[in-house]
Amino acid sequence: MKREFPMLITVIAGLGYLLFYFIPHWPFNLIGEMFQSWVIVISAFAILLGVGSLIKVHGDRISRKTEGWPYSIILLSGVFITAILGIWKGVDVGTPFDYIFRYFYSPMGSTMFSLLAFFIASAAFRAFRAQSREATMLLVAAFFVMLGRVPIGELIWEGFPKIASWLMNFPTTAGQRAIMIGAALGVVSTSIKILIGIDKSYLGGD
Amino acid sequence: MVTNLAIVLPANSDNIGIWIAAFLTLCIYSFLYKDNPFYKFAEYLFVGVSAGYWVARQYHNSLIPNLWNKLVIDHNFLYIIPGLLGIMMLMRLIPGVAWISRWAISFVVGMSAGINIIANLQGNAIAQIRGSIVPLWSGDILTSIYNWVLLIGVVCGLMYFFFSIEHKGFFGGVSRVGIWFLMVSFGASFGYTIMARISLLIGRMQFLLGDWLQVIRM
Amino acid sequence: METLAKLLNKLKTLDRRIIFTLTALAVIIPLVARLGIPSKQITNEVQGLYDYLDKLPPGSKVLISFDYDPQTKPECHPMAIAIVRHCFKKNLIIISIALWPTGASLADQVLTDEAKILGKEAGKDYAFLGYKPGGAVVIQKICTNFAEAFPTDDKGTPLKDISVMSGINDLTPFSAILSLSSGDPGIKQWVMIAHEQTRVPVAGGCTAVSAPEFYPYLNSGQMFGLLGGMKGASEYEQISGFKGMATAGMGAQSIVHLLLIIFIILANISYFYEKRKEKLGIVD
Repeated sequence: MKREFPMLITVIAGLGYLLFYFIPHWPFNLIGEMFQSWVIVISAFAILLGVGSLIKVHGDRISRKTEGWPYSIILLSGVFITAILGIWKGVDVGTPFDYIFRYFYSPMGSTMFSLLAFFIASAAFRAFRAQSREATMLLVAAFFVMLGRVPIGELIWEGFPKIASWLMNFPTTAGQRAIMIGAALGVVSTSIKILIGIDKSYLGGD
Repeated sequence: MVTNLAIVLPANSDNIGIWIAAFLTLCIYSFLYKDNPFYKFAEYLFVGVSAGYWVARQYHNSLIPNLWNKLVIDHNFLYIIPGLLGIMMLMRLIPGVAWISRWAISFVVGMSAGINIIANLQGNAIAQIRGSIVPLWSGDILTSIYNWVLLIGVVCGLMYFFFSIEHKGFFGGVSRVGIWFLMVSFGASFGYTIMARISLLIGRMQFLLGDWLQVIRM
Repeated sequence: METLAKLLNKLKTLDRRIIFTLTALAVIIPLVARLGIPSKQITNEVQGLYDYLDKLPPGSKVLISFDYDPQTKPECHPMAIAIVRHCFKKNLIIISIALWPTGASLADQVLTDEAKILGKEAGKDYAFLGYKPGGAVVIQKICTNFAEAFPTDDKGTPLKDISVMSGINDLTPFSAILSLSSGDPGIKQWVMIAHEQTRVPVAGGCTAVSAPEFYPYLNSGQMFGLLGGMKGASEYEQISGFKGMATAGMGAQSIVHLLLIIFIILANISYFYEKRKEKLGIVD
């Protein structure tokens, strides 16, 4: 019951969609569309589950006074203040929720990611070596793209953007296409394994 | 329902907001020197605000229009099922009954698997194979050479990913050419990655130097 | 020669904070000096997107999906502003949604600001329907039934009460679908599902990191245009005839690229010097 019934649900949901796709007529169209609407609702709960888990973990940290617990108070204050203001006053432009988004969430998110600029600069200096023929090819391609995709590249030599475009349109497209086809076949085979019950990893342990 | 910000906050709230944003920005950048309490403060606040943001968005954009209104206004009682499955999903938080969440997870996984089969086959595999069937002599030498490059690159790249045959002899040579194409592709990706990360830094500096310090004007 | 050897030895142990400082200066100085370097050559993928939208008759409906977050705002937001401004100027009708939660707030900001500047009215000239969770499933759903996935707009107004939404039951009334994307769900899902099932032309803008993976779609004709990163956005701003945040950042972008190329060259000189020393059996 704990594993078999969920597997049956997986098959019903997956087949429900496949029948809807291949036979878009009654009753499969209704079933397929209904299932899609349901997923939108369930996905919302999945996000709430993530938030619930976060609250639980940090609530535990505060009650047990584990190292760094005052930071958990900051985290939970962030969760509750933002959520309550958002639910109470709305989420449109001009609301307190929007203010939090503009001046708290947005700058912190952008800055957090921009740290990567420094680390990639450091990595470029430390790790980017022409150690083999393949590494040299990577390096040369990166060189042309880095110069060909900024305006100063054009000023140095107007051939840089042309070479960068050629690299993107042919060898890169070919390489990316090979990866794309390979990955697509991989996803299809994994999905089929899930639907016929070979892959049960999504059910977890126990 | 919607309250104008001016009613809730003072008139110069945008200026205060810019100072708050600048302070939080600098807190995070302090990590570049070393890990410290200011960075930790901003880090935890960021995670908290993100989670709170998601809750409010789910409430207004999904739970109310796609569940509550369907049940209460449209009287579509079939929506009790996703509502129940959603609650089952939350059971994951209660150790004794966590297994109930599998029902909801299975539904989403099954649906995603179904969509993935069609979308990947139709949109990626078949469409990309079709895209690789290009004229090898188009009447123009350059175009023909480029088409050859494209075809050889795709075929050799795919051969490299085929691990059922040992990569030696003719097959080894073909897969080696495949590696070259992949390396050029990764090089281009690396160049673009650098571009992306630097753009993010530029964005933050435009904020600090423009909106906050007003040294530069956009 | 000895000085060079010493310098190369020092490079090996260069403190990362020096690299950080140089990187920061390479961004700050061009910004303060307002070093603007316009692109002379516009890439085909950017021009293709601009031309397509430019040739659409007024009143054509365009779906814009905001599939990014503030983490990638410097790249995707200037694109959003440039595209929304272009569509409004051409009197195209924008229907906007978000598949990323934070994309909703960013979409609301762009649409509200641009509508104010260009005198456009919500519900009449554009509609913002908010965010929906589910990614690929949402796209699949609106291929056949728009109102079921988006029963109301972002403010809770039912779709039937929004004049601009009349006649939109699925994706087929749209002349183009544009996704501003910084990951999944994003351009990839719009191409794989929406384009393949409805044949509505798809294009978009993305972070530079993900740009290379969309070139196969451009080549196969599954996409008609692509803005890749801040450079793509700056090119679009340039064709549209205004100087936005992306164009203003191109000087700094150029200088940092040059700096990083110098870093890589120096690091490689140091590497080959070490290798040569090893070969000749020289010990420090």
